[in-house]
Amino acid sequence: MIVSAFFWLFASVLLVSAALVITLRNPVHAVLFLILAFFNGAGLFLLAGAEFLAMILVVVYVGAVLVLWLFIIMMLDVDFAELKAGFIRNAPLGLLVGGVLLAELLFVFLKWQPAPMAEKLRMAPAAQGMTNTEALGRILYTDHVYFFQVAGLILLVAMIGAIVLSLHHRKDVKRQDVARQVARKREEAVRLVDVEPGKGL
Amino acid sequence: MGESMSIGLAHYLGVAAILFTIGVFGIFLNRKNVIVILMSVELMLLAVNINLVAFSAHLGDLMGQVFALLVLTVAAAEAAIGLAILVVYFRNRGSIAVDEIDSLKG
Repeated sequence: MIVSAFFWLFASVLLVSAALVITLRNPVHAVLFLILAFFNGAGLFLLAGAEFLAMILVVVYVGAVLVLWLFIIMMLDVDFAELKAGFIRNAPLGLLVGGVLLAELLFVFLKWQPAPMAEKLRMAPAAQGMTNTEALGRILYTDHVYFFQVAGLILLVAMIGAIVLSLHHRKDVKRQDVARQVARKREEAVRLVDVEPGKGL
Repeated sequence: MGESMSIGLAHYLGVAAILFTIGVFGIFLNRKNVIVILMSVELMLLAVNINLVAFSAHLGDLMGQVFALLVLTVAAAEAAIGLAILVVYFRNRGSIAVDEIDSLKG
């Protein structure tokens, strides 16, 4: 009973905050509601027994990715009121497409049945007597280690891409030129002057 | 209401379907604002993850959670690259309106 109460709580807050994300005028508020939506998504994961993913969603996704969102939006000086123009004009088409999509999805889900052989087709049946995190680690680091490595590679490519994209060289800033420093000779840098005592240069 | 309120796979799928639709609707609604479009994509990816986790829990197959982990990774990479492009674009053009992104039109 308490599980279903929490399910309805998480689901309703998730859907309301998702609706606010797409309708709010201020994008900072929209990101804050996106954070709330992801928190409640993590709650749904927890209820479904996927504890590890729930924690990843809170720690990594909310803690890193959405905070990155917040930083970027606060750094851009954009007139968001102007970007909201055409909000009402686009709504009918969006409602039409969204309504058709939702109707199709709900039709599928209401008449959906699992295939009779689904039990036998399972790739990694959940092991009994261990926590979700341990079970996930056992298959992620052994049977599906290539998945894990590909995930790391994707993150590496994204990191390099983001650095290359946002690195920019300013002409008006003096920078260290290592090659020039190394190629310097003593003769062109230092001059010995024989100064007579009491006269100065 | 007691018996009908027990939570099954269909409830999760319904929530994910509505969330996905909200994401699609958000893309149509905010056609000019690339930031909200990216946020709508994040919502759609969350809906997909809810589906994967719900099926994983229902079938007792951990593979769905491994795949959801991969989707999360790709979503994080997409957010990082998308925001980097956004920052570079804003630095060059001083605006992020989607309908003005036509420099490659020729």
